Amino acid sequence: MTNEPLLRMHNIRKVFSGVVALDNVSLTLERGEVHSLVGENGAGKSTLIKIMTGAYMRDGGDMFLEGKPANFRTPEDAQRAGVVAVYQEVNLLMFRTVAENIFLNREPCRFGFIDWARMNRETGELLKRLGLNINPKATLGSLNIAMRQMVAIARGVSLGAKVLVLDEPTSSLTEKEVGILYEVIRRLKAEGTAIVYISHRFDELYAVCDRVTVLRDGKFVATRSLKGLERIDLICLMLGKQREELEKKGATAFDEHQPVNNNAPPLLAVENLTRGRRLQNVSLDVRRGEILGMAGLLGSGRTEVARAIFGADRTETGRVVLNGQEINARNPNEAIRAGIAFLSEDRKAEGIIPDWSVRENLTLAALPALTRAGVVSRKKQNEIVERFMRRLGIKATSAEQKIRELSGGNQQKVLLARWLCCNPKFLLLDEPTRGIDIGAKGEIQALVNELAKEGLGVLMISSELEELVEGSDRVVVMRDGQLSAELRGAQISQDSIINAMAEVNQRLDS
Amino acid sequence: MSQAEATTRDTTEARPRTMAAKIGSVMQSQGALVMLVVVCLMATLRYEAFLTSENLLNVLRQNSMVGLIALGMTFVILTGGIDLSVGSLLALAGVVAAYLVPYGVFVAVLGAVAATTLLGLVNGVIIAKAKIPPFIVTLGMMIAARGLVLAITDEKSVRIERTFADFIYWGRGLIGDFLPVPVLILLLAFAVGWVVLNYTRFGRHVYALGDNDEAARLLGLNISRTTIGVYAISGALAGLAGVILAARLGAGNSVEGAGVELGAIAAVVVGGTLLTGGQGNVLSTLVGVLLLGVIFNLFNLEGQISPWWQPVLRGVILLVVVVIQNRLTKLK
Amino acid sequence: MAEVTTSRIDPRARQKRKFSDYAPTYGAAIALTILLILNLAFTPGFASFNNFSNILVQVTPTMLVAIGMTFVIATGGIDLSVGSVMAIASAVTAVSLDYGAIPAVLLGLIVATAVGALNGALISSFRIQPIIITLAVLIAGRGIAQVISNGGQLIPFSNPTFEYLGKGLIAGIPVQILLLAAIVGLAIFVFRSTIFGRYIAAVGGNETAAHLAGVPTVSTKLSVYAVSGLLAGIAGLIYTARLGASDASKVGDTIELDAIAATVVGGTPLVGGRASIIGTVIGALIMIVITTSFNMNDMKYSWSLVIKAAIILLAVYLQRPKTN
Repeated sequence: MTNEPLLRMHNIRKVFSGVVALDNVSLTLERGEVHSLVGENGAGKSTLIKIMTGAYMRDGGDMFLEGKPANFRTPEDAQRAGVVAVYQEVNLLMFRTVAENIFLNREPCRFGFIDWARMNRETGELLKRLGLNINPKATLGSLNIAMRQMVAIARGVSLGAKVLVLDEPTSSLTEKEVGILYEVIRRLKAEGTAIVYISHRFDELYAVCDRVTVLRDGKFVATRSLKGLERIDLICLMLGKQREELEKKGATAFDEHQPVNNNAPPLLAVENLTRGRRLQNVSLDVRRGEILGMAGLLGSGRTEVARAIFGADRTETGRVVLNGQEINARNPNEAIRAGIAFLSEDRKAEGIIPDWSVRENLTLAALPALTRAGVVSRKKQNEIVERFMRRLGIKATSAEQKIRELSGGNQQKVLLARWLCCNPKFLLLDEPTRGIDIGAKGEIQALVNELAKEGLGVLMISSELEELVEGSDRVVVMRDGQLSAELRGAQISQDSIINAMAEVNQRLDS
Repeated sequence: MSQAEATTRDTTEARPRTMAAKIGSVMQSQGALVMLVVVCLMATLRYEAFLTSENLLNVLRQNSMVGLIALGMTFVILTGGIDLSVGSLLALAGVVAAYLVPYGVFVAVLGAVAATTLLGLVNGVIIAKAKIPPFIVTLGMMIAARGLVLAITDEKSVRIERTFADFIYWGRGLIGDFLPVPVLILLLAFAVGWVVLNYTRFGRHVYALGDNDEAARLLGLNISRTTIGVYAISGALAGLAGVILAARLGAGNSVEGAGVELGAIAAVVVGGTLLTGGQGNVLSTLVGVLLLGVIFNLFNLEGQISPWWQPVLRGVILLVVVVIQNRLTKLK
Repeated sequence: MAEVTTSRIDPRARQKRKFSDYAPTYGAAIALTILLILNLAFTPGFASFNNFSNILVQVTPTMLVAIGMTFVIATGGIDLSVGSVMAIASAVTAVSLDYGAIPAVLLGLIVATAVGALNGALISSFRIQPIIITLAVLIAGRGIAQVISNGGQLIPFSNPTFEYLGKGLIAGIPVQILLLAAIVGLAIFVFRSTIFGRYIAAVGGNETAAHLAGVPTVSTKLSVYAVSGLLAGIAGLIYTARLGASDASKVGDTIELDAIAATVVGGTPLVGGRASIIGTVIGALIMIVITTSFNMNDMKYSWSLVIKAAIILLAVYLQRPKTN
């Protein structure tokens, strides 16, 4: 049995209502190994993880834990067997203490009463073992996101995890916190725990992982040792392209950039936006027909810039000038009337009204224009809906279908249409293609491109570097609430953007 | 700076908190206590009769029934739920006890409390299993239990003969010639409630459920069991309150208890337990009950003002406390 | 996710809706129909104009309040204060009848609307849970009404103009029923065709999204509570006019529960986002027909409460959101 890996998944298959999400995917984990799982969005990483941790049932294939068949029906099943996932959005209890979160449902008791002293002591020991300096009695909500994540990991460890899945563990961490995480990983590794590490950041993969498994479109591509694997080759595996091809041609639907007249007056000028520490003196301008890309890590203030321009958050200082007129919107309504549109990042929480039809969702922002004496013209509404459903190629059984029944890509198109039918002058796009299928992604990118050509100004926030590199005429980078770099023309490359984003938090130490 | 030190600074000591935020935090959790102390001080200065053990015990006794119900409501609200049915359950318990008194005092008390616990359990089962909002389920139970009580009594009240002194003792008895039995029951119930919430798994799971039910589920809690438990507790305490009331009145009255749920919710919220669940405790509920009770007492002592201002003041206090809590929570 | 329905169908097929979208309202309508048929068959004297007119007169205050409640619930809120608002309107109007019926009625309605607007202002600007704010106003409001009426005493009056509101007939039909019909029609129109109706549902459907799409969420919320206050005021005045006296301690007591029950039975979900005025009307009728049939058949009123509770739970159970 010594040769049997800790966990073996063989020819895993998963189908969602007729669509194959995973097709014959295999993965093996050795004891004490940090194994990276990579692939583009939609490659099937999260589906595979959910099958591994009992959140989904597989439709085909086998799974063995320590050589024995493993069939987890629920996450609790998997946890009991020692397979634990720590998700990006930490699912813990904010008002409860660190110790309570770690020992929830397994609280040490004496004579039926909780033994708080023992619980706190054991939590302290556990945290110390992981090299973490966290007070067991602190409420979770008083910790920052990074430490909450460490608590989640500690809980997994205390459950006796043999396999620990970390899904994008660093997306909201500072460099220093990443260092703490690495230390925790190192210690767990030494104890023989296998770790599945999902991240989009190559630096991290090379820093902590031993092997990598690449998935693409729900299919298994390769498992390689990271040592000796060149980055460019890894990217080629992920994209399914030859090396030469990648160096030549882009992967997105954006055209070649058209030169924008640098001397033209700006369509939108933003000066000195400041809002506490989240935004500090942010100034930028965008010309007619220009797509200004905005990069930055989560929490760098990129979304806050868009929200401030749109009037969704109040700022302490700052001016917003559109078309030579100062607007300084105090609420979204004013910004919309001035001709600004904002496609927000969180489609579900901030975009769609799930139980409403496509028609109602699409015309929500344009309602005032369709209304006379308080009465909405159904005729005009239908005209607009028909026009934009056709123009954007929105796929729905009818305009009356509920939007929540649509695919993510089509929901996003409806939301984009919601703004376009208001005839905006300026578009704020926050992660316009996040989490949607490849096809819709290309269509939206092409549409944004076309809109810019028609003379709109666009501020496009994205964490997908290739989208920024290929889609933007200029790129600005946010860091800690400030603009840290502006890149133009030939300066724009994935490397240069990463460099500008990555000099994180060095000033904080001083 | 070493890494360990850096971690400490970043985490446990967390963000530097301003003085205002600290005061805010204390006020949010202890605002009612501060207010209670202030009101009591003012009352002591103004009315000689206020600070006498007789008057204070009287305040406690008058509020023992709403206090018991508020205790049960605290459990429910901590999970993020609500229980509107307590008033009807109180009436039901009184009537059941009145019918059962001839079979002995313990049969009467246990029978009454068992009946309301059972109906509380039904609330919990429907909420947990059918996934219908607590507001609606307990509204339904409020109406149904009232119907039940009116039906079995033929819309009359059920007299308890004076001869059943053992039972009357539950509402009118004195221990050591000064401590009213209802007050003792109230204090015991709060003590038990405090231990359950702080020192048992069930109690901690009540908090966990109200904190984030989805996370609690993912962390492996049996949410249904906890939910059913809190509504059963609320039912049981409403029943106990009903028993005390019947013993005091010497009758099980089928129309008692209408609106008591609102008073109990008000006391819980005034005490500082958030309706969203997960935060608060039974002691703050006791403070909330006392604060509202003392204000009622002051109206009696004053004697001049129309008693109809009393609900106005109660409503205004509830509003003010909620608004202040809300502002302070934002400040944090 | 999976795109099963990828074929693009002509948006002109827009009028088509799935049966299930209407099921809650259909369910309530079917329940009402069955109740009516049973009563027509078994309840002596049920099938008379007088009886129907009587039923409608009895249900008018509840239905008016329930319509206001539907506005509020559609935004995802709740208004517990309606009964007290009825009492305040009743007391204010009764004590000011000496200045003439019309000024007194206007004053009563203005005060009622103002109390509703106060609810709305506190809820929307402080973002406090509606249940707490309106609970406080429920408690305080009843006290205010009793203070106005000098300790909750009955205020009798004799003012034919005002009493016409509760006792008058136009072509044999009670004035209040005509008024009720007009208000029902207006409310349906608001939800079906006006921008206000869309905004109400948008706030209930997803407040953050609505705000970011330019919906004036604060004023929308304020307005629905004002509407609820106004309708409660009208209900209070009609009730008072019919009674011929203002009884501040009794008017509208626990009516909020009936109104909420009528609304949810009628298919407006408690989480908001959708409203069915016709459903609310049907819901209120179901409740009153149950009461009436128990009364007319000499059955115990108390058992009708148990049946009502069962109907409320069943209605909400059938309408509960399907997860995924």
